[in-house]
Amino acid sequence: MAVNPNMPILIVDDYKTMLRIIRNLLRQLGFTNIDEATDGSQALQKLRQANFDLIISDWNMEPMTGLQLLREVRADAKLKHIPFIMVTAESKSENVIAAKEAGVSNYIVKPFNAETLKGKMVSVIGDF
Amino acid sequence: MSVSSKVDPDLGARLDELRDTYGDTVQVEEVVEVVDSLLSTMKGDVTSADMELYNELESLAEYIHSAKAEIAQLRPDDVKEKYLSSASDELDAIVEATADATNNIMDATEIVEEVMAGLEPEISDKLMEATTKIYEACTFQDITGQRITKVVNALKHIEEKIDALVDAFGSEIDKFKAENPDPVEDGPKEITDEDLLEGPQLEGQGRSQEDIDALLASFD
Repeated sequence: MAVNPNMPILIVDDYKTMLRIIRNLLRQLGFTNIDEATDGSQALQKLRQANFDLIISDWNMEPMTGLQLLREVRADAKLKHIPFIMVTAESKSENVIAAKEAGVSNYIVKPFNAETLKGKMVSVIGDF
Repeated sequence: MSVSSKVDPDLGARLDELRDTYGDTVQVEEVVEVVDSLLSTMKGDVTSADMELYNELESLAEYIHSAKAEIAQLRPDDVKEKYLSSASDELDAIVEATADATNNIMDATEIVEEVMAGLEPEISDKLMEATTKIYEACTFQDITGQRITKVVNALKHIEEKIDALVDAFGSEIDKFKAENPDPVEDGPKEITDEDLLEGPQLEGQGRSQEDIDALLASFD
């Protein structure tokens, strides 16, 4: 099934600059229906108000981290099906294992490039 | 635990009393008091073991006195006020400056992307590739920001330790400051070439280009 370029994507990061970078890279990949949140709790609020087909989230945020957001999403019957890509500078094995155990769909280490972003997106939502 | 059986029973009893009063951990400020208290209660003949203990205690008290004076001379209060807080401010300024620069780069890149839409596909593709690389490179700001935050947190930890040191040696530091006043406080001093090399000024601390132009013009 072809990926809809108009699919709603939620990007979450406490660095506004990083949100802008990810938004621009997604736009270059053809995705324009993008919403933003600056921490896990704001993201959760948006996820419960509107439909999203993909979450791309940072880990290290306050008050709610990306890992906590992931756990909340996976514990919510209405949200648990949404693919969740963690984009973070946390690159220790225990971080990746914790994210996997919490149900992450894929994991990108910062700094990353557009090719990596595209590759991870393809692995969770299909080719585009 | 009671004192060793080698120690005279009276002295041992006195040491036990002191332990009941001060506990096993005696504050630096209290050591002299403890030693004085111990020595003042000594009566009659003392055994060689007692003397050994007294000598050890006396030399310990002298050592602590000397260590206190040396730590006071290091002026931990000065390290905190002059250097640590300044280092944190400089690091914050780095994060702010790199964020500003990154946003400016992205402003310009977005303009290039807008212009790309009306160009030949061959040129447009090349520009797209270049702008993607610019966006990728801009992720450095997030990484450096996080690394600097770690350094700032480490500095805060050191600052807390220095606070504890200043609290513990406050009176010694005040005494040292009184005996060795800061030369700056004595009056104006001549500015050296070294004084003129402070690097970039923090926001609001330096002169603007307009101020500098006006200052230069005032010499004409």
